[in-house]
Amino acid sequence: MSSFDTLPNMAPVGRDGAAATAAKAPTGSAGFGSPGADATVHRLDLNEALIRHPQATFMMRTEGSAMRDAGIDAGDVLLVDRALTAHHGNVVVAVVDGEFVCRRLCRQGDVVKLEVASPDHADMVVPAGGQLEIWGVVTTVIKSLVD
Amino acid sequence: MFALVDANNMYVSCERVFQPRLNGRPVVVLSSNDGACIARSNEAKDLGVKMAQPWFQVRHLERSAGLLAVSANFELYGDMSSRMMAIEGSYAPRQEVYSIDESFLDFTGVRGDLVATGRDLRAAVLKETGLPTSVGFGATKTLAKLANHVAKTADRKPGSYPAGLAQVCNFGLLTPAELDQVMAATEIGAVWGVGRRIGAKLTEAGVRTVLDLVRCDAAMLRRQFSVVLQKTLLELRGTSCMDLDDAPAARQQILVSRSFGKSVTELAGIVEAVSEFASRAAEKLRAQDSVAGAVNVFFLTSPFRSNDRPHSVTVTVPLVRPTSDSRLFVNAVADVVRREFRPGFNYAKAGVMLLDLQPATQVQGELDLFASPDAQESPGKDKARPALMAAVDALNMRFGRDSVHLGSSSIVSNGAELRSWSTKQERRSPRFTTRWDEMPVVKA
Repeated sequence: MSSFDTLPNMAPVGRDGAAATAAKAPTGSAGFGSPGADATVHRLDLNEALIRHPQATFMMRTEGSAMRDAGIDAGDVLLVDRALTAHHGNVVVAVVDGEFVCRRLCRQGDVVKLEVASPDHADMVVPAGGQLEIWGVVTTVIKSLVD
Repeated sequence: MFALVDANNMYVSCERVFQPRLNGRPVVVLSSNDGACIARSNEAKDLGVKMAQPWFQVRHLERSAGLLAVSANFELYGDMSSRMMAIEGSYAPRQEVYSIDESFLDFTGVRGDLVATGRDLRAAVLKETGLPTSVGFGATKTLAKLANHVAKTADRKPGSYPAGLAQVCNFGLLTPAELDQVMAATEIGAVWGVGRRIGAKLTEAGVRTVLDLVRCDAAMLRRQFSVVLQKTLLELRGTSCMDLDDAPAARQQILVSRSFGKSVTELAGIVEAVSEFASRAAEKLRAQDSVAGAVNVFFLTSPFRSNDRPHSVTVTVPLVRPTSDSRLFVNAVADVVRREFRPGFNYAKAGVMLLDLQPATQVQGELDLFASPDAQESPGKDKARPALMAAVDALNMRFGRDSVHLGSSSIVSNGAELRSWSTKQERRSPRFTTRWDEMPVVKA
């Protein structure tokens, strides 16, 4: 969450990132395109805060309880950024036996593991010389608290 | 210098991004009535499946060779296309989106190692969207397109061309002798704008390879074939005759687009423009006796006016069943514009692209969408639709464009009604990126 406060100042976000700024322009043509437009206020937009690479960010729905202690429960929505390179400690979406699996990536020396966050499940060690396909890095978990 | 960037087996590649189990297996995508193969993975090509081949002819390969078939999912392909195009567009000062899977980039005035740029671009698109692409560079658009063909073929069939040209191929770096060799190894059918009929005629005249064509006499080509072919020849020789936005029509799609003389800021203006484009595109569609299974609409601000805030919308709408009825296209594109339009932007260009084209004869009863479900059986009603469209076309031809046109608000149907009709589409994958309830599932 510490990276959060760096996000809202970034360049336009979202496939139509400029749309976020559209609301602040006065209607009609007056004022549009003038330097003063930057000073106007616009409502906070979650896309701006949460999605750094709109072209590369996808949403996935979770199933299962193996990441429970990492705060990821069944039914949550994950934002998955394919533009980021996965590092040790990142929660990632990997492809295992043709299916998407959410785990924490662990690299220690030559050992690469996909770690669970639940006592009821087991880590997966990538065999030496084996290929691990990382689909994307999970940047955000969206959890709905009401129905 | 121009580049053409083209996604490899676009539709199959889109399916594979979200269904990794399809990797390495022979896969075809079927047209929206599940009638014909409109995209093939390399493995399916190796099995001998031909482009546009009817499904029933290759169906036996399901059992004998593990061939997998999925129904076209144009919502998914359209969204993946817009992601891919946005990344590609960031690599050059100017971009022309040519089709759902191809864009031209104009590198005029850009210095540096273009092959390295092409490899960067290819890697970025692959990493960020999962789509593999090929990149061709050439002094003209026709050469860029040919270089792209070489890049793709060298990658897929090792030995067909020098291995160094695979994936990213810059004709500008070849010596004249090397370029001749490449052209001698390429059949004329691979040249942009040389259709099957002209190709056959040329072959009959002894012009078999691109090199044969390049060595033809320009005046002779113009006399015996067309001024278009002469232009193609000049382009192959390195004289640029086509700027961006100036190109023969892509196969398998119909594009009608225009840059506005004066920027448009009102919703009504955009709706009117895309309605007209949709009507025009539908006219072309009917002129070639085809129907379309999906329509793409886009509108955007000018990339050249840096003072304007940018906004760009591109949405692909699959139709419930393939049609040539102008009203359905007009309705679909106007709906998108009403939903996506944002006030306060200076829109500079808009367009409509018809996708998933197929011969009208393959489709039955495609024009009964306005009827109630029970009326589907009524043959009289069905017959009236094509007749109406034919009458509209005839009047416009006789009395001039738009003597008769369709009011974009006069559409009877509504989304709910359309939804109640099911196309075949038995094997369609979820619309992973455009529907809340169809997101990919990940095991946690």
